[in-house]
Amino acid sequence: MSGPILEVEGLQKSFGALKATDEVTLDLRPGEIHALIGPNGAGKSTLIKLITGEIAADAGRIRFEGQAIDTVDAAGRARLGLARSFQVSQLVPDFTALENVMLAVQGASGESFRFLRPALADPALIEPAAFHLAHAGLAGRERVAAAALSHGERRRLEIAMALAMRPRAFLLDEPMAGMGADGARDLTALLSDLRAEAPILLVEHDMDAVFALADRVSVLVYGRVIATGSVAEIRADPEVRRSYLGEQA
Amino acid sequence: MSRAAIIDAGLFATLIAVVLVAQAAGEPFVITLATKAAIFALAGVGLNLVLGYGGLVSFGHAAFFGIGGYVAGILASHAMSGQPVATFPFTMQGSNEMLAIWPMAMLLAGLAALAIGALSLRTSGVYFIMVTLAFAQMLYYFAISWPAYGGEDGLSFYVRNTFPGLNTFDPIQFFAIVAVLLGLGLLLSALIVRSRFGLALRAARAAPGRAVAVGIRPFGIRLTAFVISGMITGLAGALYADLNRFVSPTMLSWHMSGEIMVFVILGGIGRLAGPLAGAGAYILLEHLLGGVSEYWQALLGLLLLVIVLFAPGGIVGMLNGGRGR
Repeated sequence: MSGPILEVEGLQKSFGALKATDEVTLDLRPGEIHALIGPNGAGKSTLIKLITGEIAADAGRIRFEGQAIDTVDAAGRARLGLARSFQVSQLVPDFTALENVMLAVQGASGESFRFLRPALADPALIEPAAFHLAHAGLAGRERVAAAALSHGERRRLEIAMALAMRPRAFLLDEPMAGMGADGARDLTALLSDLRAEAPILLVEHDMDAVFALADRVSVLVYGRVIATGSVAEIRADPEVRRSYLGEQA
Repeated sequence: MSRAAIIDAGLFATLIAVVLVAQAAGEPFVITLATKAAIFALAGVGLNLVLGYGGLVSFGHAAFFGIGGYVAGILASHAMSGQPVATFPFTMQGSNEMLAIWPMAMLLAGLAALAIGALSLRTSGVYFIMVTLAFAQMLYYFAISWPAYGGEDGLSFYVRNTFPGLNTFDPIQFFAIVAVLLGLGLLLSALIVRSRFGLALRAARAAPGRAVAVGIRPFGIRLTAFVISGMITGLAGALYADLNRFVSPTMLSWHMSGEIMVFVILGGIGRLAGPLAGAGAYILLEHLLGGVSEYWQALLGLLLLVIVLFAPGGIVGMLNGGRGR
């Protein structure tokens, strides 16, 4: 595998007069963590939603593993292996942690139109779900309702659900959001290992995490990518310093 | 067996016990009341699938109830008159056999649910409520202005439809038919809710964005649930027509949609036997309070208010000590 997994080319999206995504071109290569940073309102979440297919682009192309996916809907893209996590945890609150991951295993399998056999006793769902929960560091929390998990555990459950999608690429939207320093450090280690499973497009505000994890960084300002490069290149870029990082970086 | 399962089984057993006691005491009227409650419960089981588990507030389930009723009535009246129901594209005769009527009632109710669902499920929230209501009212006004089958006056068919080996005129035998179908409806509902489909349906209610993110399309899941729901309520409608040997546009009106919703809310939204508890309580109140005042529904309204405010799990939720499903 040599070519990029995900290629975004000339992507555009406007909301009225606001250009939320302005000619964005970037790619995600095998084995890497590509961080997407930028000030609030720069269009990071919009870009993630365009890639997942939750909103439709006005112009531009998205290729995933060499295939154009512009006409594939969000659920279809997820099944192709484009696994996303949400900035604000989106879990089924009255399902247990295990059931949430089982839902992801089921969704990835594409077999939701089965009406009679009990899903919650199906080893084809339980076994992979338990495995992914443990991978995300939630072993022993299987039977706890998602609503009763701590904030940090919910962030991990988001990751476990993305893992259960048999991902070919991760789109992680601020996985560290709201985490304390300890939690963020643990999660950083988990994400670092995750790139071996599939490359990660990482939207993150925690600059310590970004600089520790990222192989490449793209900086988004007013919907435009103003720079892409290694962590060292981005830290040294005068325009990036001026528009986002500030002088302390 | 979980506590919830014991409550479900207990409610069903109570229904059977009431009828057996009534039979022993020679009270056929009580059996007829219980039969009516069981039929309403089955209609509610249909609605509960979308309302309780899918979070879809359909205010148009009278459409399916009424379609089921009219299928029974129209087929029976043609069987009586000997005139074919249709001569084009093929000749179709009427029928007074329940085993022929039920599949037809479910098929037509299911087709109606497919059409109504395909359009209304593109909306959500209050718009969904209004669109489902509008479709049901369209059918209601159509039935009123369709003179061939009695229009506003409704359609009587005098002779209850037949079931092989049973005398359907005998209240307890007709009740037995209804009770078996209600049992099957509850069983099917229990299986669906626990299946992969049920998992997807509940996820699409609680976290639609998440469902999409794991590759599940909520629209297809909801539409399928809506069709199954419409078919179950349609079957209940056919039984209701047989109970009364009469169908009228009332079965299609929004009052009926509201009543079916009341069964579900009173008994417990998203609780398996909720509609049974709700319909039973409704019939009981109608019978007890209806004798006291013709404005008994004002009291029902008060009771509903109390349930919604203080016991959102309904009767079944209270029996379950406010615990989870």
